[in-house]
Amino acid sequence: MKTKSNIERLLEQGKFVVTSECGPPRGADSEAVRKKGTLLKDVVDAVNVTDNQTSIVRMSSLSSCLILKEMGFDPIWQLVCRDRNRIAIQSDILGAAALGINNILCLSGDHQSFGDNPKAKNVYDIDSIQLIQTVKMLRDDGKFLGGEEVKGKPNLFIGAAENPFGDPFEIRAMRLGKKVKSGCDFIQTQGIYNLEKFGRWMEMVRDRGLHEKCAILAGVIPLKSAGMANHMKKNVPGMDVPDSLIERLKGVPKEKQAEEGIKICVEMIQQIKEIPGVRGVHIMAIEWEQKVAEIAKAAGLLPRPQL
Amino acid sequence: MIVGNRKSLEEILQMIKPYKKILLLGCRECITVCAAGGEREVAVLASELKMSRAKDGQEIDIKEFTLERQCDFEYIDQIKPFVDEYEVIVSMACGAGIQYTAERFPKKIVLPAINTTFLGVTLEQGLWSERCQGCGECILHLTGGVCPVARCAKSLFNGPCGGSANGKCEVNKDTNCAWQLIIDRLKELGQLDKYEEVIPAKDWSTSRDGGPRTRVREDLKLS
Repeated sequence: MKTKSNIERLLEQGKFVVTSECGPPRGADSEAVRKKGTLLKDVVDAVNVTDNQTSIVRMSSLSSCLILKEMGFDPIWQLVCRDRNRIAIQSDILGAAALGINNILCLSGDHQSFGDNPKAKNVYDIDSIQLIQTVKMLRDDGKFLGGEEVKGKPNLFIGAAENPFGDPFEIRAMRLGKKVKSGCDFIQTQGIYNLEKFGRWMEMVRDRGLHEKCAILAGVIPLKSAGMANHMKKNVPGMDVPDSLIERLKGVPKEKQAEEGIKICVEMIQQIKEIPGVRGVHIMAIEWEQKVAEIAKAAGLLPRPQL
Repeated sequence: MIVGNRKSLEEILQMIKPYKKILLLGCRECITVCAAGGEREVAVLASELKMSRAKDGQEIDIKEFTLERQCDFEYIDQIKPFVDEYEVIVSMACGAGIQYTAERFPKKIVLPAINTTFLGVTLEQGLWSERCQGCGECILHLTGGVCPVARCAKSLFNGPCGGSANGKCEVNKDTNCAWQLIIDRLKELGQLDKYEEVIPAKDWSTSRDGGPRTRVREDLKLS
């Protein structure tokens, strides 16, 4: 075992892990973080804390991680390459580890043009794969990118994201292979709606044996309405929402669509669980955290194993 | 070539507000090719300025002049005989030319009429596109001849982000995803295995990050 991460321990025991996510608030109110945390208590094995997602300024990911850690969570600290150069990145990694953070999720980050500061300068000194290399180097080799020795290695379980639905599809497993080669321990995927395509991606992943070197956690996002499904399909790049799903939601009265969305999500998890090589599920209920417990329960994922 | 856009008439009028005698200086190099600051554009801007000033009942005296290049003192010196007759120079060269003209005449106010945008190519008549960022360490041999530094909105070195869809960049639906182009090209060349190589963190010290750059060819220097 490399770290004190809950998910690493559970994965080692062969358990199917459950993670969810918590988006920090747009302000300095720590209670807002605790409120979301309360909704996820005893429902997940670890909780992702997003890093200024969609480039909208929010409370820092690391600070929010700490608040959740105080509540007993094992946070997954998301870190994007958009806002920091390699000096700040290495420094923050050491700081996070010193504060008892056990998991990091290495991301490129959404482009700033999507957020509330489109006039910002982006950094992208390194990319997400180079970030994985950086964490691994600090943790396993005890070396900084500059080659000097690290005094006190940061023991972080290294995660990354992959979008099986991004183009070009044929290299998506190869791209995961590069992440694995760079030192990635686990992967959380983009939200899955097209199970058939996800299945084909997993096949490519298994062909390369990547599922044995890196734990694949499948991402799901419950749909609140047919409108949301439509919006995701049309406006969110790299999202693949089949028309049949939209039709299914449209087929029920508006006030029942959220319920139907939850049902779809639960069915999705049950089917994903059966796909060889999938080691867990990542439930992203965006500003709908109160539904995660219901989804996890209905999908037969509760109670979570005690460590 | 270096590509630029002419500033708006309003912005230029604002800059020249206090002045009556203006030397409008074009350049015959890249900025002519991208139709932003050549002889023709100098003439167009001159007449727009004259019309605006005439409308407001304010006088203006503009001399139009276009140099071979504004990035060589040898050419800039051609304005020496008459430059003092004008209060300001409005340069229609790229950022390099504007600065070099200013450098040549330290007591002269030199105003920019061009926003210099990128190093690029002509896609078709009236359409130019960025290709290079001058990072100082070319990796085109690794990426199928398509540059991820200049052409990926996030300058990613190891593949497309999750937002690449139908060959387009998530930042702008009219922009091709550089990594889609790279993958297509590598496939075409039978070099897709190159993609599996992880490109490590780039040395940016050869880029602007290392500070302003100079290039020396000792064998060519006269002294």
